[in-house]
Amino acid sequence: MRYLPNADADRHQMLDAIGCARLEDLFSDIPREVLEKCEPLGLPMRSELDVFGELVRTAEANSAVNQISLLGGGIYDHYTPHVVGQILARSEFYTAYTPYQPEISQGTLTAMFEFQTLICELTGMEIANASMYDGTTALAEAALMAERIRKRKRVAVAANLLPQYRRVLNTYAWAAGLELVDVPFDVSGRCAWERTPENVSAIVVQSPNAFGVIESLGGLKEKLGDALLIVATYPLALGLLEPPGSFGADIVVGEGQSLGLPMGFGGPLLGLFATKMEFLRQLPGRVAGRTIDAEGKTGYTMAAQTREQHIRRERATSNICTNSALCALAATVYLASVGAEGLRQVAELNFAKAHYLANEIGRLKGYRLAFDAPFFNEFVVRTPGSADAARRKLGRMGFLVEDPAELEALGVKNALRIAVTERRSRAELDHMIAALGGRR
Amino acid sequence: MRTLFDYPPREGVGGIFPTCDVPSGSPAEVLGEGLVRRNAPRIPNLSEGDVARHYTQLSKLNYGVDDGIYPLGSCTMKYNPKLNEDVARLAGFADVHPRTDEPLAQGTLRVLFELSELLRGISGMAAVTLQPVAGAHGELLGMFLFKKHFEERGETGRTRVLLPDSAHGTNPASAAVAGFSVTEIRSNERGTVDLDSLRAELDSSVAGIMLTVPNTLGIFEENILDIARAVHEAGGLCYFDGANLNSFIGRARPGDMGADVFHFNLHKTFSTPHGGGGPGAGAVAVSEKLVEYLPVPWIAKAGETYRLDWDHPRSIGSIHAFYGNFLVAVKAYAYLLQLGDEGLREVSGDAVLNANYLQERLKKTYSLPYDRRCKHEFVLSGEGFPDHVSTIDIAKRLIDYGVHPPTIYFPLIVREALMIEPTETESRESLDRFAEILETIAREAREHPELLHNAPTRAPVRRLDQTQAARNPVLTYPFGEQTA
Amino acid sequence: MSYPTTFRYTKEHEWVQIEGTRARVGITDHAQAELGDVVFVELPSLGTVVKKGGHLGTVESVKAVSDVFAPLSGKVVAVNSDLESSPETVNQSPHADGWLVALELSSPSEANDLLDAAAYEAHIA
Repeated sequence: MRYLPNADADRHQMLDAIGCARLEDLFSDIPREVLEKCEPLGLPMRSELDVFGELVRTAEANSAVNQISLLGGGIYDHYTPHVVGQILARSEFYTAYTPYQPEISQGTLTAMFEFQTLICELTGMEIANASMYDGTTALAEAALMAERIRKRKRVAVAANLLPQYRRVLNTYAWAAGLELVDVPFDVSGRCAWERTPENVSAIVVQSPNAFGVIESLGGLKEKLGDALLIVATYPLALGLLEPPGSFGADIVVGEGQSLGLPMGFGGPLLGLFATKMEFLRQLPGRVAGRTIDAEGKTGYTMAAQTREQHIRRERATSNICTNSALCALAATVYLASVGAEGLRQVAELNFAKAHYLANEIGRLKGYRLAFDAPFFNEFVVRTPGSADAARRKLGRMGFLVEDPAELEALGVKNALRIAVTERRSRAELDHMIAALGGRR
Repeated sequence: MRTLFDYPPREGVGGIFPTCDVPSGSPAEVLGEGLVRRNAPRIPNLSEGDVARHYTQLSKLNYGVDDGIYPLGSCTMKYNPKLNEDVARLAGFADVHPRTDEPLAQGTLRVLFELSELLRGISGMAAVTLQPVAGAHGELLGMFLFKKHFEERGETGRTRVLLPDSAHGTNPASAAVAGFSVTEIRSNERGTVDLDSLRAELDSSVAGIMLTVPNTLGIFEENILDIARAVHEAGGLCYFDGANLNSFIGRARPGDMGADVFHFNLHKTFSTPHGGGGPGAGAVAVSEKLVEYLPVPWIAKAGETYRLDWDHPRSIGSIHAFYGNFLVAVKAYAYLLQLGDEGLREVSGDAVLNANYLQERLKKTYSLPYDRRCKHEFVLSGEGFPDHVSTIDIAKRLIDYGVHPPTIYFPLIVREALMIEPTETESRESLDRFAEILETIAREAREHPELLHNAPTRAPVRRLDQTQAARNPVLTYPFGEQTA
Repeated sequence: MSYPTTFRYTKEHEWVQIEGTRARVGITDHAQAELGDVVFVELPSLGTVVKKGGHLGTVESVKAVSDVFAPLSGKVVAVNSDLESSPETVNQSPHADGWLVALELSSPSEANDLLDAAAYEAHIA
């Protein structure tokens, strides 16, 4: 096998050097009955050429890539500048380990520090960690963190969370013995905060939410008493939208896929986690910090490590070790490439194109927007008749539209969720409108 | 170190995104003033050349597997085949949305299904899920499955998880996140679990044991079958941490050792890169009694068609937004397809041979607290040098010789530990060279200890002040302050 | 550094300086040296009632977290809040300015079980 450099002659000499007659003897500490039970997979050794060919063909079996995507719900078909892919392909970055030896990891650590700064700038928060697995686990960890801070087992959760966030939160909450209390949404698609739940450690809200609707966060924090405000957000939208930190959020989490990551069938993703300095000691995950070296030169190292599992073990703030470091690097290079101006531009493109399509669909006979609250780049539209029929029609014309079952589970029937990114051209959008069948 | 925030801002850079081709109202009018961002984030506008140079320069301050030996014990820093990277970048894999209808994503579903099947074969267990995205995430899933199992059986008094004192920190942390308390089992003088200490703890309050196989000293638990039997007889479950699977893959299966849960680190054993800390992937295999609790959706196959199967009412739910780290999984799949059965046996054979070869040579120079045949890694001690030379000094001096240090100060049961895992992808010459460097450093420690105390002197930075970083945390760029 | 003969010590490396029914508590010079640079000290809130051997707080260095156990039972009547901003005082002056808490003792006789300076020095030798 060409990944293995030692030849048989080397192996014999090495066995001689350790005084071992046969390689098998090195495995004699494994019980014989275990060794004997081991069965092969029936898998032949194959060439690179052969395997690459097969995987190219397998990738081609994903016919979705030839279609025009209107899929969203937390993952979006955004454009990534080529410089991101080129930097990520540098093996100094991708073949490195977690930067436990800072003197030879300044590349990774500096980028982590930049990433943390960028996430704070985007979200309007004071500190951010170096990443979590994805937005959903970041949210679950935020709920656990709120419990540690406020020492209360109840958490209020907006009922219009994207379902994948709620699923993961449910699982973690069950294990940790947290009680989740639903906060309903109203006809506008926004959460109804008339009665803020009491005796909770935190309130969890997502903006934009499962309907693409931007929540009204102004004044919310003031109603909550000492409960923490946890906001799940969409970072690319923050190029245009006021950040959660401006509304007094205590913890902001989000899915960073929109910042230069491929959709990749939903993984790897990039969990964002930002909070206030006063909560640093309860923060989960790794953090890079600035310091000086023995000669007084600026450098970076991991900071506040005593929170982490390798030191605090069962009393750590989280069990997380491996995170999404390379995805965080992608987001860092993405944001460095587009800059504040480019980020505003791409956010406005998303906004404009989604609103154009929503307006045009709204003019079609029988179609109307399901909610009247403002949205960013994703909206829910009621279909005349079955949503599935409309979806099938679009599918035949080469558009990917999400199964309406997810909306139905949230109580919204005969409706489709449509996401529009900067990658959709006017021609595609007009084509879609035509496909849905003429103007009113 | 210059950050991107230290570059002079450029004007008129843009050009990545097109101008808007649809009529649009002003966002402020449509959204109302309160929702539109008032202050732009402080992200500089740079030219593409600035960005490419900045990150290329940063990359040169890093050390990766492609730079040389990376003998981090318990991390399995093997060579990352380039084929894997290109496969994961194929548009057909990279650009598929997770909510795509199953018929349009058959290629991806096929990879997920087939990889699960291969891992199931490697584990010798009943079923595999690819949903966990890291080793610790797999551990957490394992603990959730423990919890569910006992909840379903009404045995809610089983609240304790047993762990040897040599365990990774993630083990106790994962148990705690799932609501278990942790009881440590002391290792015996041979470095393995002491059966009597274990038996003394086994009662109806024990949910099970978490055991790294082989353990973090690189020693296989010879009594593994007795351990599993004792735990099972007491009504508990066995979690085997697969971080060290590289040492027995293709030769033995955790399912035959009594595992109820076993996690794989695709980013260790299956050659997917570590990415400077992630992303990884942590598939989990389970025994028959835990199958129905696995997270949803499952990847199912009917005839020649693959689909997502959500219909498992007794599942613990989900632990990830979608289906795990697919683009990591596909790299592991490419690796497995190339290796085949024969390759897998060679991997574990060479991993263990390399470790024993290096151990045999280095024990003449450094103390080896558990002196016996090892599996894929071994633990030396940096004790015994004069002038307060300690393990951290040895590690930093290795950097001066252009190689990556081993894992240090772990496992906790060895003082001044140097935990070395060469992996199978190092050649004999590479091992000899690494050994020579460590021998030279041992000589220097006696003759010129200041060389070690001052190390590194040839790295991009000298030793960093961790104390200041901890006492006065600076975790974001100090805008407006002068920086070096 | 010498170990004051007027103090009493625990095997877990805490010291106590008893005056009547009040006692000051800190960690020993040996303990601070083993820990290395102290970067954070977590202390209980005033009024906390602790039992002998119970958890009193934690002292952190860059790479270790060390629990501080109550050497004697009592109520926390003072904490050394200077340590919040200057945790290094624990390294610089472990037996004086680096004290952690003061307790109002509920059973002063428990002190009879503690080590004297000579016994403690023998313990760490």
